[in-house]
Amino acid sequence: MSNLPENVPSNDPVAIPEKRALIDRIVDENKHLPGATMVVLNELQSQIGFVSVPMQQYVAKRMGVPVSSVHGVISFYSFFTTNPRGEHTIKFCLGTACYVGGIDQVIEKAKQVLNVAPGQTTPDGKITLEICRCVGACSQAPVVVVDDEVVGRVRPNKFPQLVRPLQE
Amino acid sequence: MKYYRSHVLVSVDPECVKRGAHEILDALQDELVAEGLIDEVQVLETSRIGDPAQGPDMMVYPEGTHYIGLTANDIPYIVKEHFLKGRVAAKFVAPEKAAVESELSAPTIKEIRVVLRNCGKIDPENIEEYIAEDGYMALAKVLTDCTPDQVIDMVMRSGLRGRGGAGFPTAKKWSLARDAVLPEKYIICNADEGDPGAFMNRLVLESDPHSVVEGMIIAAYAIGAVRGYIYCRAEYPIAVRTLNLAIRQARSMGLLGDNILGTNFSFDLEVRMGAGAFVCGEETALMSSIEGKRGEPRPRPPFPAVKGLWGRPTNINNVETYANVPQIILKGPEWFASMGTEKSKGTKTFALAGDVSHTGLIEVPFGISLREIVYDVGGGIKDGKGFKAIQTGGPMGGCLPAQFLDLPVDYETLGQAGSIMGSGGMIIMDDETCMVDIARFFMEFTQDESCGKCTPCRVGTRRILEILERICAGKGKHGDIETLEMLCKEIKTTSLCGLGQGAPNPVESTLKHFRHEYEAHIYEKRCPAKVCKSLIRYEISPEACTGCTVCARNCPVTAITGERRHAHIINPDTCIRCGICMQVCNFNAISIK
Repeated sequence: MSNLPENVPSNDPVAIPEKRALIDRIVDENKHLPGATMVVLNELQSQIGFVSVPMQQYVAKRMGVPVSSVHGVISFYSFFTTNPRGEHTIKFCLGTACYVGGIDQVIEKAKQVLNVAPGQTTPDGKITLEICRCVGACSQAPVVVVDDEVVGRVRPNKFPQLVRPLQE
Repeated sequence: MKYYRSHVLVSVDPECVKRGAHEILDALQDELVAEGLIDEVQVLETSRIGDPAQGPDMMVYPEGTHYIGLTANDIPYIVKEHFLKGRVAAKFVAPEKAAVESELSAPTIKEIRVVLRNCGKIDPENIEEYIAEDGYMALAKVLTDCTPDQVIDMVMRSGLRGRGGAGFPTAKKWSLARDAVLPEKYIICNADEGDPGAFMNRLVLESDPHSVVEGMIIAAYAIGAVRGYIYCRAEYPIAVRTLNLAIRQARSMGLLGDNILGTNFSFDLEVRMGAGAFVCGEETALMSSIEGKRGEPRPRPPFPAVKGLWGRPTNINNVETYANVPQIILKGPEWFASMGTEKSKGTKTFALAGDVSHTGLIEVPFGISLREIVYDVGGGIKDGKGFKAIQTGGPMGGCLPAQFLDLPVDYETLGQAGSIMGSGGMIIMDDETCMVDIARFFMEFTQDESCGKCTPCRVGTRRILEILERICAGKGKHGDIETLEMLCKEIKTTSLCGLGQGAPNPVESTLKHFRHEYEAHIYEKRCPAKVCKSLIRYEISPEACTGCTVCARNCPVTAITGERRHAHIINPDTCIRCGICMQVCNFNAISIK
């Protein structure tokens, strides 16, 4: 356990053996690649769902790079998160076409229905709301992305139907 | 290889899947087995064919019949009619797109598909289908018949210019990289299509990935590169998957790797994913991102052709540029140069979005006018409203009003008009769009995406945004317009990379063409388009209101009160002007004052 960072909360992925094995595997599979930091962090984000501070320290050590360069990348790119997200994520596309198409009103409705704002997770841990950049589905504006599925032409009053299956 | 008399391509665009494309696929399979046609008709999955809103849809070849609005229950009928009896199932056939409009105004206007030639026609996950459409023939020709200099010469004669937006002559870029002295050269495909409102590259990558892979191998041969990277944004997971599959297939066929097609040319390719930073579309920032660092740009020179990825000579082009290359080699540079204008050759894909009837992807020759794009190809403004502006080139582009509609589209003319070609997003706005609000929206985007390395961009965009926010909130004051003009000029001339240099464009162009709207906001505290929330209020007409309560039930802040079957009223103090009530009202009783 000597290569673990100090004061790691017991629920952090690096303190959970299965999760740590996954982290080790991702790092070892990719660390020989040129420019490996981005590849490793992208994999961690998609397979674990977030990259906590202890994870950053652990990964930096295992890759043999300074923590600052890992943290610098994490804080630069909007796709990386340092906290766990909800079970489901709803992203609101804030591209031009969606903006002109009224995504604002959909966001208002979402806030009303779920009582959380974009960037937050519902208290039951089910749904995280997020703002995202153009997903390139502009001809279907306004667009929300539910987990990995693009839902187009969303009307504010249809939003409750969209979230109901996620709350079960 | 098996031969089939017919091919059915079912769109598995996300929207079509949601509408039941997989059920259609299952039903087709079952029905073809039941009718004993399974060895004669091949069913394939493809990306978007038509408008997914009319999906699920499918295309039957060789006839080219496009069936839309399908459900699984329709499939037995269509299979019997089309494949058994050999006649088209007319009631599901898609109407010819905008036939009436184009007949009325300009019958000669047609799209020419070079980059999009295979999109929706072939199965992107099957390399054999690409090869059947003359795929990798250009590569074979280049590797066996041409020297690298001859390849560069062909691209030179075609007049191909960078499709990422700046329009730099492609052949010139290639010969700079070829002449670079350092060994171990790299080649990069910029697939970080971050402009909001642009999705041309996504579609090419998802539906014809091999055209990009082939273009890259040819470019690698021309400059002498050993390794290539495709940098794709994380927002495009399907494109990343399709590309990885395409690369694996090409490698297994000996089209990538050591000794390609038995020659002594070796080259390999991999996909790298971005992580949601718009600035990484800038070439130097993109390279530091591939290197695993923060995606911050650096000053040029040295240009990437001299000192790029890991300090090595690097050629970097856009998806669409590479996708054009195989066609230029196969059909000849003269064919390519016969399309377009004097300085801009070939075709360009554009993503039409916003308030136009037919949104989606188009490919047209350079020199077509904006009017033809909006009215003939795009079918005019939606819901019979008036045209106000067209925004070209993404957040670094400008808004052009109606007087520029007859402008022929090429790199130079758009630049002279105060906008840019950009990567090809075109957003059409109707007369209910507030141009100050649009300028504010773009500044919010660039301010947020500014990487923070250079001061003019980091601080300047924030100052502009603050002023615009104030103006939209009805707190604009004398001198604001002049301050904005000064800031725009300084940010433009002193920023480090294209993001900062282009960031003021939306503000500058709207100040130039829609100055009266700024003046109305500042001096009269009025939003002429009735968009800016602080300057409008919603009212219910007591005559039209039936008291159905739908508005009150949908209001997020319970600002609407009234009894059932009696006219309702909106309390302007609690109302947050979200506009939901107006959208849900079935009697047009709510209006903006």
